Amino acid sequence: MKVEFHRVSQSFGSMRVLDSIDLSVRAGEFVCILGPSGCGKSTLLNIVAGFIAPTEGEVSIDGVPVSGPDPRRIFVFQERGVFPWLNVEQNIGFGLYRLRDGEKRDRIARYVQLVGLQGFEHAYPSELSGGMKQRLEVARALAVDPDVLYLDEPFGALDSITRLQMRRELLRIWEAEKKTILFVTHDIEESVQLADRVVVMSQRPARIRRIIEIDIPHPRDLSAPRYIALRDQLFAEIGLAHQV
Amino acid sequence: MKAGFGIRDSRFALPVCTGIVLLLAWWLAVRMTGTKIFPSPVDVARAIVSLSEKSLLWSYIRDSLVRVFAGYLAGVIVGMPIGMLVGWYAPVERAVNPVVQMLRPISPLAWMPLAVIWFGVSNAAPIFLIFLGTVFPIIVATANAVRNVPPMFLQAGRNFGLTTPALLRRVVFPAMLPRMLASLRIAFGVAWVVLVASEMIAVDSGLGYLIIDARNAGKRYDLVVAGMLLIGIIGLALDTAFRRLERAQAPM
Repeated sequence: MKVEFHRVSQSFGSMRVLDSIDLSVRAGEFVCILGPSGCGKSTLLNIVAGFIAPTEGEVSIDGVPVSGPDPRRIFVFQERGVFPWLNVEQNIGFGLYRLRDGEKRDRIARYVQLVGLQGFEHAYPSELSGGMKQRLEVARALAVDPDVLYLDEPFGALDSITRLQMRRELLRIWEAEKKTILFVTHDIEESVQLADRVVVMSQRPARIRRIIEIDIPHPRDLSAPRYIALRDQLFAEIGLAHQV
Repeated sequence: MKAGFGIRDSRFALPVCTGIVLLLAWWLAVRMTGTKIFPSPVDVARAIVSLSEKSLLWSYIRDSLVRVFAGYLAGVIVGMPIGMLVGWYAPVERAVNPVVQMLRPISPLAWMPLAVIWFGVSNAAPIFLIFLGTVFPIIVATANAVRNVPPMFLQAGRNFGLTTPALLRRVVFPAMLPRMLASLRIAFGVAWVVLVASEMIAVDSGLGYLIIDARNAGKRYDLVVAGMLLIGIIGLALDTAFRRLERAQAPM
């Protein structure tokens, strides 16, 4: 197992946020953590990323307990995480300070290409659209060649069309780069489109209600009966009738 | 449509109008009171022309600018690193903050007697006073800017394996800079004010000295007011230059 949560609980003062989370993630797996806003799923991601130490329990990666942030596992925020004082190239190169110049240049060029930011190498984030900033942040994360990516509602601030494009991009990159991905979202459709497994969280204090395997190969047909069945199962699990 | 085209559209028309109105009011006030002491705008203009014909004025302006930049730079170079440490490390804040907060309300001019004893009549005295006038506000502003760096940037920096010194240099410093520029400009305004006051006592050249010398050596109030105007105009020019820099530097 790549990532293992063992009885992870978190309290802030007297408020219990996470309640005894047990979860195992295989190497190369794409796992979505789905739950209502404010349920504590971001806290879970911050714990596995090493930004917060859990109140109880332990997370280990490759069998080693997580004790802090680590460049082998990169956290991707919403697009606001890119550094506004660095241009596209400099942002992508941010974590490459140990590489020699030539190697660094090649790596930057490769990831500029991978996320389709050619022609914007010298642009600053303020000159980029929301989707481009998000791609830039993904490129900055991938450039250091991590084996795990943590994404915290990464497409939440994008418009719905860009969001669909970004999901396709992310799947393409995931298939090309073979990363393990933990993806936090409150969007049911998003989780069914992306994940191998969807972990459904309860209201606070968050527990794992259910883990649903999305056994549809990519690219996924969003009108196939199996897709709709799984999606409706998730809606029911969250406690929503699928009606507006 | 060019409706409203005219006076309101020009960046310069309105300020120039204000200037003309004030000059007129000044001129009328001098005429109507028949004062023999206070100069009219015409006297002052003549004084400025006669000053600028002598090389003295230019060397005074140069001396003043050298002092203000030297004192200000010293304030920035000392104040920003201390401010970063104060903002970053809580123990440093607890150690340094009471001292800063106690020294800050003391007007730099109160240091004047000590500055004269320590440095005599030399450039060092006004530079020292300007340094004192700028370093404390810069420490406080820098510490605040450090505390306001979005935590996301710090997490990202840590995530990429940066050590604390690297994090301060590569993330905290550039992230706080845009927030700092306004404070740096305000500190520069303070520097300019302190400069003129300190030149009235601690040195024998510069724009502040021009004013005090014109009064002492013959009650030349036309020269006094000319000096005041020059100080205002140069202050405005420097502030405008600083604002330009601020705008050019702020892509966020």
